Amino acid sequence: MKKTVYMDHAAATPVHPTVLEAMLPFFDREFANPSTVYDMGFNIKKVVETQREKLADLIHADPEELLFTSSGAEANNLAIKGTVFAHFGKKDRIIASAIEHHSVLNSARFFERLGYEVTFLPVDKNGVVDAQLLRKILENDASRVALVSVMHGNAEIGTIEPVEHLASLCHEFGVLFHTDAAATVGNIPVDVQALGADLLTISGPAFGAPKGTGALYFRQGTRLMPLIHGGIQERGRRAGTENVPGIVGLGTAAELAKKRLMERRAYLVQLQKELVEGILQRVPYVLPTGHPTMRLPGHASFCIKAVEGESLIFMLSREGIYVNTGSACASKALKTSPVLVAIGVGAATAQGSAVFTLDVTNTHEDVEYVLEKLPPVVEKLRSISPIWKDRAPMTEGAKK
Amino acid sequence: MEFINRPAADATIDLVCRMCPMHLMEAAEKMKNLDPGQVLEILTDYDGALEDIPAWCRTSGQDFMGMDSSDDCYRLYVRKGRGMR
Repeated sequence: MKKTVYMDHAAATPVHPTVLEAMLPFFDREFANPSTVYDMGFNIKKVVETQREKLADLIHADPEELLFTSSGAEANNLAIKGTVFAHFGKKDRIIASAIEHHSVLNSARFFERLGYEVTFLPVDKNGVVDAQLLRKILENDASRVALVSVMHGNAEIGTIEPVEHLASLCHEFGVLFHTDAAATVGNIPVDVQALGADLLTISGPAFGAPKGTGALYFRQGTRLMPLIHGGIQERGRRAGTENVPGIVGLGTAAELAKKRLMERRAYLVQLQKELVEGILQRVPYVLPTGHPTMRLPGHASFCIKAVEGESLIFMLSREGIYVNTGSACASKALKTSPVLVAIGVGAATAQGSAVFTLDVTNTHEDVEYVLEKLPPVVEKLRSISPIWKDRAPMTEGAKK
Repeated sequence: MEFINRPAADATIDLVCRMCPMHLMEAAEKMKNLDPGQVLEILTDYDGALEDIPAWCRTSGQDFMGMDSSDDCYRLYVRKGRGMR
């Protein structure tokens, strides 16, 4: 029987019913502008600050070190452009890993056009950033470096980067460190004190808050040039009337996430294990991607050889299974994933990228359903593939 | 108006990269936590603060002590007025 199995939680998560319920009054009854100087406005301002406290509690920050944004992408832009512009005329080099989200990569490239030197750090076959190279660059050039940005968890291959080590390395040379934690906050325990990052990106829709929500953590004393100039909102760091319903959604989702983090992890690790082992047993010529152990719970990513990822996703969706190929933003571009290129996957193999991101709403039955439907879909696609011959991928030889 | 020696500050607010009216709002807020006689150091790169902060001191009963400048910002010093809360 056909059912619906959604395993693309890196792209979007459903808004939790408790979150939705908490948000609703702020669309109509509690609509006042938090910047106004009468009681209706004061009350809303208090609500906004309470949400900031909840989010701060999730990552062990001071509420004053958080500012609300419209997305993780905006937070990444602000982290990079805000700090680089704050050092305008003094520092002219930016370092980021090669597997960052496009909002980091393209913010860095924006400065490349302005004459800055931008270095993308390579990663190993598991997607782990080359810390030795970073050390070498900093030893020679730290005084020029405005910012180093390395993501906490990669949504495409699941690898969790050694951010504590990288942040400490940067601080050894007096360099600011930013981490895009869109894939980790609300998913695994994130403690900014332990991580040591100076700036950290949060994305609301990654953990049950609505789309259009995000935040940037910035350690006290970190100077940030605003992207949006205007009024007094966010203490003059981000102008524009606050998205109060969204902020309430983000704060409520943070509160819920904190209560469930450990339980969630244990469940998702088990579910992920069942899925990975099941796929590797049932489908030949599958290459798991990302780090085997240092990875996001509930994240399973593969390259299925002699299969085209877009076709796979389409065929699975006809069975009611929703997964992704590459990141949600990049997969529509129909070009080889830069993340897979960075970890050394060949161009032909990279075409067969399939990313399963599970959440606590997924069940063992969901996994069994995927394991039942995936093998015949792969077999069908391989039967019409020009690079599948004699039950093996042509480009990869006959050995598994 | 520049100091040769910076006075010892009891609290500092860094408002570099932030514009009007944050230099006034944040200063007033921070001042609430200080005792009369204590000194607030305000770091800003907003030129308008050079007029606004002394003017605010006059109207709010604070003592504007003067300013200094470093390579990337101005440093303004304000002593909390006696009897001010």
